[in-house]
Order: sequence, then C-alpha cells, then structure tokens
Amino acid sequence: MNWYGIRAIYKFEMARTWRTLMQSIASPVLSTSLYFIVFGAAIGSRMGDIDGVSYGAFIIPGLIMLSLLSESISNASFGIFFPKFSGTIYEVLSAPVSAFEVVAGYVGAAATKSLILGLLILVTARFFVDYEILHPFWMLGFLVLTALTFSMFGFIIGIWADDFQKLQIIPLMVITPLTFLGGAFYSINMLPEFWQKLTLFNPVVYLISGFRWAFFGMADVNVGISLGMTLLFLLLCMLAIWWIFRTGYRIKT
Amino acid sequence: MEPIISVRGLGKTYAGGFTALKNVDLDIRRGEIFALLGPNGAGKTTLISIICGIVNPTGGSVTAAGHDIIRDFRAARSAIGLVPQELATDSFESVWATVNFSRGLFGKAPNPAYIEKLLRQLSLWEKKDSRIMALSGGMKRRVMIAKALSHEPGILFLDEPTAGVDVELRKDMWEMVRGLRESGVTIILTTHYIEEAEEMADRIGVINRGELVLVDDKHSLMQKMGEKELSLQLPAALDRVPESLSDLPLSLSEDGTQLVYRFDIKSSDTGIAELLRRLNTANIEFRDLHTRESSLEEIFVGLVRGAREEKAESLTKETQE
Repeated sequence: MNWYGIRAIYKFEMARTWRTLMQSIASPVLSTSLYFIVFGAAIGSRMGDIDGVSYGAFIIPGLIMLSLLSESISNASFGIFFPKFSGTIYEVLSAPVSAFEVVAGYVGAAATKSLILGLLILVTARFFVDYEILHPFWMLGFLVLTALTFSMFGFIIGIWADDFQKLQIIPLMVITPLTFLGGAFYSINMLPEFWQKLTLFNPVVYLISGFRWAFFGMADVNVGISLGMTLLFLLLCMLAIWWIFRTGYRIKT
Repeated sequence: MEPIISVRGLGKTYAGGFTALKNVDLDIRRGEIFALLGPNGAGKTTLISIICGIVNPTGGSVTAAGHDIIRDFRAARSAIGLVPQELATDSFESVWATVNFSRGLFGKAPNPAYIEKLLRQLSLWEKKDSRIMALSGGMKRRVMIAKALSHEPGILFLDEPTAGVDVELRKDMWEMVRGLRESGVTIILTTHYIEEAEEMADRIGVINRGELVLVDDKHSLMQKMGEKELSLQLPAALDRVPESLSDLPLSLSEDGTQLVYRFDIKSSDTGIAELLRRLNTANIEFRDLHTRESSLEEIFVGLVRGAREEKAESLTKETQE
C-alpha cells in the first residue's frame, strides 16, 4: 500500500480547501444560515410542530443533507476534473498508486471537507433553534456514510465530465430537485397519497429520513431501510469506480 | 548488461482505428542518453506514454528496471520519472509544495534535504515559495523536471524537452541532462530537432508512422548512412562534367564553377587520390577544395522519405495487383 501516495493526494486536496476557504466552507454555511432565518425563524414560527418537533428543528437534518450532498459532489468532482482539464493528471496516472489509493486520496479529502461543513452547519443551527440529538453515533454514522457515498458519486461525475457544463449539470438538474423533493422541508406524510408513493423512488428520501431519525427518533421510512438504501448506493458507486479504473474510461486512452 | 528498459512487440491501435505503434522492439541500455527521433505524429509520445502507464497498449510487453509495467506496475513506475511535452502544472501551488507532492505520490518518505538539493541544482531554490503561475515558461519546465526527479528515479523520460525553449535555455537544458547522466540516470528523450539528438544522444532511434525504422549508435549511424562530399572550386566555369571523368560520381554546380565528388566515408578507398590524378590528366585546375559530411538531419530526412516512397511503391503495386 502506497501510504505516502494517499497522503500526498489527500494533503493536496485539503490544501485546496484551505486556499478556497470562502468558497468551500464560508459560503455554504452562510447560505444554510439564510435558510434557518427564513424557514426556521420567520416562517417556522407560524407553523405547527411536526410530530412534536418544532419546524425550525425539523428542517435541520434536511438542510445539512442538502449542503452535504451538493458539496460532496462538487468537491470530489472538481478535484478529479481539474487535473484532467489542466493536464496534471499525467502525474497521478504515471505514479505507482493503485485505483484504490487514488480514490482514497481524492474521495477521502472531499468527504472530510463535507464532514467539517456538516458539523459547522450543525453548530450554526444552534444559534437559531434549540434541538437535541437522540442518537449521536447514528447521526455521525449517517453523516460519514453520506459524505463518503456522495463524494464517490462526485468523483464519478468528475471523471465522466469533459467540460465545465457537464460538471454542473447533474448536481444542478438532478441532485438539487431530488433533495428539495426528498423531504428536506416537509415530512412526506404531508404529501397527497399518490405523491407519497412516487416519492419513495427518490433515494434522497431515505437519506434524510434516516438522518432525521438519528436526531429526533422519527422517520418517514423505517431506519433499517434508510441504512440499506444508503449502503446500496455506496456499493453502486464503488462498482462504477471499479469499472472506470478497470477500463480506463475517460482517463486513459 | 541487462537493458534497463525492454520493449517487445509493442502495438497501439486507438479506438478510432488509428494505429499509432506497430510491433515496436527496443532495448534501452543502462546509463545512456537515448534520443527518439521522428516527425510529428510518428508515435514518440505514444511509446513514452505506454511505458509510463498513461496509455494502455493493445499488444506486446514492456519491462522497466526488470519489472513488467502492468503486472508489477508499482516497482516499474517507481523507477521512472516523466517530463511530458505539455507544460501542465498546478498554477496555485508553490514550487516547494508541488515537488514534495510528487515525491509522496511516488511513495517516497519526505526528504527535504534532497528536495532542496534538487531545487538548487535546477536554479529553483530562490523560487521555492512562489506560486507556479508566477514563473516563466522555462522555470515551469524546470519545475516539471524537479517533480519528475523528486522520487530519485533511475530512468528519466523527457518528451520534447526543448520545444518552444529559446536557444540559451536549450543549451542549459542540455548541460543539465548531461549532468544527470553523470549521476547515473538513464535518459530517454524525444525530439524532432535533429540538432538536439546530434548534440546529446549516445544512441538514436528513428520512429516514423508508428514503426521503429532503425536504432543505432549515433556515430556509427552517421558513418554508415553518411556521405561525404568533396567540392572543388574551379577558376573558370565548365558547362558540363568532362567526358573523360564521366565514370566518376561527379556533378557540376549550377553556375559551373564547382565540381562536387560524392564518396562513402566507410569505404577504405575513397577514390580521392585517383580523382586528383585524373583531374590533373584532364588538365582541370582548381583554386580551393573542401569536404563536408552529411548531417544527421540529411540522414533522417533520407530515411523518412525513403520509408514513404517504399510505402507509396508498395501501395501502387497493391493497386496494380
């Protein structure tokens, strides 16, 4: 195992994070704070509790997931896309690092960054609403699992994208709508029956539901199913990456 | 002595059907400077990219420092440093960070003393904290060389090291490459500047249309393939080569004031004595004479053109058949 190689990639990616602190940490924290002000404090104060949880607290898990998904994807996709774009990928390809080590470095750094961000948002939320975390270990577990899974998904997008537009299109056109419609701001029980059924095809529902269960002990779907779906998606991403390196898709001619 | 790089039957056909390399066999000797010479698009970069692991071959095998580049890729790649043709650098990183990154990537423990020595050697020490984007083109190329050498490889690939580099820098680069060879590094460089190969290389491989046309020692190549010319300046112009000398390989310059005699360097009897005697008999005087060896450039152009004509001929034959 080339530990120095993993560390080099990881450090390189983290250095990029600190270099772009405003963009990578400050701006998502700020935008999430705005959500808390608008939905938590302003609108939330006029809304009833949902299953005994105040609306301001209810949206915390969803908002964290919203940032976690989009930031994991954009960090990891940019991290691998940019060397392809600038040509510096030659060095990684010619280095004695295996596919696993490359992924560990890039995805590990992207997931770390998302994790820091998620925790920062959690702390920020405290300034706006009161909340307690019922299952802190599960909460952390879902956080790590989601950060890892979606950083991998971002890595795949970064490999697939051959221009900047493609880099943006999946997060913008697919992930954002799925998150908004995945119960970030509402319980899916509040939907008409038909939409309740349809919404179960949205994988983000399971992530948010499981995460919210870790906070408040209430869930739209069984937490076991939530965990299973998250693990399934992780497995799919791993398979896709395995295939990418086996065939050299979009990285080797 | 066992070759440090051994290429056997290497082929590459791209997905689009374009064949970039055809059945290439090549051995690189330990400690030599080997120049891979060929026109643009001949397959030089493809060959290097396969050896370094950037491009997958469609056939054949390669070993580097005794290790198969696919089965034993860690050991093989650890022995190799690559400086690609394009200047691809992480603009926002500092010189120091990027060179240390490369060392780590290649699996070596940090060694600040070695990196310092390397940067000093490449005259980059003063710039170690500068962002790469603030450096000149020549410095960026040196940063790429420092990255390639950061893990102390025994083999260094330089893909077109002096493309777009001014004359002064080119001389520095040659000096540096020689210095590296002194320290025991085997160097393979590609170039389409024949001057560069002539100046630097111990051995030369000529590649054209994906085929290795020949591999030879530079001196013997120039000797074997080279011709010498003896030019005689005449006091008065002739209108043609005199009848009595028509059996000799003589030609007359356009203005008729120069007789040119072509001969083979490697033959023991160049025929010069005979020529001079017969000129005397024919009563042709000359004011001055000088000889000239054909340069590698002429040899190269001859080879590449020869290959093209052969190909054209075989094509014509095929269509006739």
